[in-house]
Amino acid sequence: MTPVELTVNGREVHLQLDPRTSLLDALREHLKLTGTKKGCDHGQCGACTVIVEGRRINSCLTLAVMHDGEQVTTIEGLGTPEALHPMQKAFVVHDGYQCGYCTPGQICSAVSVLEEIKAGVPSHVTENLDRVAFSEDEVRERMSGNICRCAAYSNIIAAISDVAGESKA
Amino acid sequence: MKFDTPAGPNPIDKGRVIGIAHDRIDGPAKVTGTAAYAYERHDAAPNAAYGWIVGSAIAKGRIAAMDLTAAEASPGVLGIVTHANAGKLSKGNMNTAHLLGGPQIEHYEQALALVVADTFENARAAAALVRIDYAPEDGKFDLAAERLNGVIPPQGFGGPADTKAGDFDGAFAKAAVKVEQTYTTPDQSHAMMEPHASIAAWNGDKLTLWTSNQMIAWSVGDMAKTLGIPKENIRFVSPYIGGGFGSKLFLRADALLAALGARQVGRPVKVAIARPQIPNNTTHRPATIQRIRIGADKDGVIDAIAHEVWSGDLPGGGAETAAQQTRLLYRGENRMTAHRLVTLNLPEGNAMRAPGEAVGLLALEVAMDELAEACGVDPVELRIRNDVQFDPEAGPQRPFSSRKLVECLRAGADRFGWQRRNPKPGQVRDGRWLVGMGMASAFRNNLTEKSGARIGVDGSGKVIVETDMTDIGTGSYTIIAQTAAEMLGVDLDQVTVRLGDSRFPVSAGSGGQWGANSSTAGVYAAAMALRAKLAEKAGYAAEQAQFEDGLVRMGNQSQTLASLAGAQGLWAEDSMEYGDLDKKYAQATFGAHFCEVGVDMDTAEVRVRRMGGAFASGRILNPKSARSQVIGAMTMGVGAALMEALDVDTRFGFFVNHDMAEYQVPVHADIPHQDVLFVDELDDKSSPMKAKGVGELGICGAGAAVANAIYNATGIRLRDYPLTIDKLLKAQAA
Repeated sequence: MTPVELTVNGREVHLQLDPRTSLLDALREHLKLTGTKKGCDHGQCGACTVIVEGRRINSCLTLAVMHDGEQVTTIEGLGTPEALHPMQKAFVVHDGYQCGYCTPGQICSAVSVLEEIKAGVPSHVTENLDRVAFSEDEVRERMSGNICRCAAYSNIIAAISDVAGESKA
Repeated sequence: MKFDTPAGPNPIDKGRVIGIAHDRIDGPAKVTGTAAYAYERHDAAPNAAYGWIVGSAIAKGRIAAMDLTAAEASPGVLGIVTHANAGKLSKGNMNTAHLLGGPQIEHYEQALALVVADTFENARAAAALVRIDYAPEDGKFDLAAERLNGVIPPQGFGGPADTKAGDFDGAFAKAAVKVEQTYTTPDQSHAMMEPHASIAAWNGDKLTLWTSNQMIAWSVGDMAKTLGIPKENIRFVSPYIGGGFGSKLFLRADALLAALGARQVGRPVKVAIARPQIPNNTTHRPATIQRIRIGADKDGVIDAIAHEVWSGDLPGGGAETAAQQTRLLYRGENRMTAHRLVTLNLPEGNAMRAPGEAVGLLALEVAMDELAEACGVDPVELRIRNDVQFDPEAGPQRPFSSRKLVECLRAGADRFGWQRRNPKPGQVRDGRWLVGMGMASAFRNNLTEKSGARIGVDGSGKVIVETDMTDIGTGSYTIIAQTAAEMLGVDLDQVTVRLGDSRFPVSAGSGGQWGANSSTAGVYAAAMALRAKLAEKAGYAAEQAQFEDGLVRMGNQSQTLASLAGAQGLWAEDSMEYGDLDKKYAQATFGAHFCEVGVDMDTAEVRVRRMGGAFASGRILNPKSARSQVIGAMTMGVGAALMEALDVDTRFGFFVNHDMAEYQVPVHADIPHQDVLFVDELDDKSSPMKAKGVGELGICGAGAAVANAIYNATGIRLRDYPLTIDKLLKAQAA
């Protein structure tokens, strides 16, 4: 067993973990934060996306012990049913989900994507690397690691655009 | 209640809550991660041990020897379930292969053991130490090679294997214009986001299973049969389901093995089928070979139409009924359809979203595009000319209950700007992109299933609905709440809906796009019973009582629901069952898909640029979630057209690309904004809701619209799905 200290959603937690424990399983099985989902456990689907030290990652692809001392934000840290984060609210309003299983990962990714664009981080579809700006194609590209088999894609883009203040409606 | 005569005016027609777009009532739980799915029920089973499935490494044969010594000695291992210690097991009625194999092995990745340990990591590590020696046998894995060995399959949901009317051969021989082509579709995987998962706990001889399942009553029955225990001793709980698409219609290995593991180790056990195991361990949509022949006059009016389908499955399995829509979609006095089933030793084939039509239309609607071109008739106009308002196999005595295909075609074409399409392929360029438009009809049968519910009012006037109906992303929670609110005259936020528990009345469940219409009709029946009780308590005549604003009114008198229910509350239970209206009337849902693609002139990369459609599915209960169902299904149709295929290793008999990296499904970057128009329709012969299914209609024809758009862009006609770059480049070079 290896001691691991994390700050999860602003709360300091001390865990004794089998070093094989993924960050995802540390959250789901040890901290009982089951909002973060296991869709594939192989970094293929994006359902396990969380925000670590301000950047989104696939929590299934990384061991918890590699994050000793780090800050983790999960879907539970963004908002609650009574006090939704603007992105969570936009997903409800635009029906940006169906079964709900990829949703926490989509939302964690979406929040990070807007930050990445603001920070000027370019993507594969950025035309001018000196001027990274919001566009639906930028968002589609950056969100493509989060699979939604129910395929609420069109609605998710509407939700993210709404939060970004770029709504067409 | 029995629904055996067309619905007259009823309380649903008020349309105060039903038919209005509502946010999902389960939305806040889903977007905050507080909706707990099967594997996440720490509250219910805080001390659950972890199970890991060991699957077969051969497709057919026997276990020669199984050595568990190293696995049993591995840290944390609590027990190992195998055929040798599981006790006598039967097979569920809905399962084709046994969920726990051994010594006989029926397919690759069939579960042969469950290793149970104190932690997930220990279970997974120990499972790798299970040593199995196999005695393999030769199997059959190649549909095309086995095609001639096809037999007539057993009858399933799709009706008889073969149908005919008139004289197809004679009429086809004489036809002025003929299309005769063969199309193929590959095996496909549901690839729902939540893996199959269950937690099992025994209390004496009583089993509770927190699981992810679309059809609670079917699966409780099959668990009882498999274990040989009374179904009264089994409780299934499945309130949130992370996608299904047919993959969770039946009892699967996670559920059975969790139950067996928990029994063996004497504590709750949780099991998820690992993602790379899913395509070979569970079910898939079977591949098809489809031969279509259409004979028409020079104006494209069909006189003869034939659709023959070959598919494969394990012994005892069923056929992919891909000719279903061809029985009902277009006119033609001379017609035949046929399905042939070959035995294959691949994993079990079974239902995936719109079984039959989803792949049948990939063939038929391309054949119609070919006919349009051969006749020089616009593809939309061709379909309008071949519309038929009755079952063309049975004749005018079996009309459609309601059929608005033509309205969908016209409205969809207008909205999409179809008139701008250049009918000559390969003419439109946008930079390096060859641009084309395609369309296809959408068709899916409308099925209705018996469905029950109970509904109550508590002392505060709040309404509670309980039914074992499931919400697999379809929006059941919300439309059931809307139905209850409409029927009892309360606001939506006054209704609590509890689903997916086998202690509740048996519902239609989620399958075959029957769920929304059937389950709300069941709630309607229970609500009518409760209205009668409330009216009686109020001393009003039930037929004259009005339910609005939380009150029961008659004339200028009124009483509140709360006061009538009293502190004890007032409950009623009923179910809706169906007479023979689906025999007297053909019942189906219709639509029209339109798509614009760009095909890169050098690399043959295909991009969907625009997509839209118009659909008629009876009353649309919640336009917001119904639209989401349609765009989701359209996207799955894009996947079928462009990328989805389980690749068969015909030497060893398994699907090679068995995970989400290599079984490709559409992602954000593949899908543009999608436009959906619902054409006004009320179908009074479907149910008192006057609704029909919509969850599968959107996939039906969507892929063919993509294929036809590729043809219009490039002049390349591919008939072997998916239409990937390698095939396009090869055709381009030829």
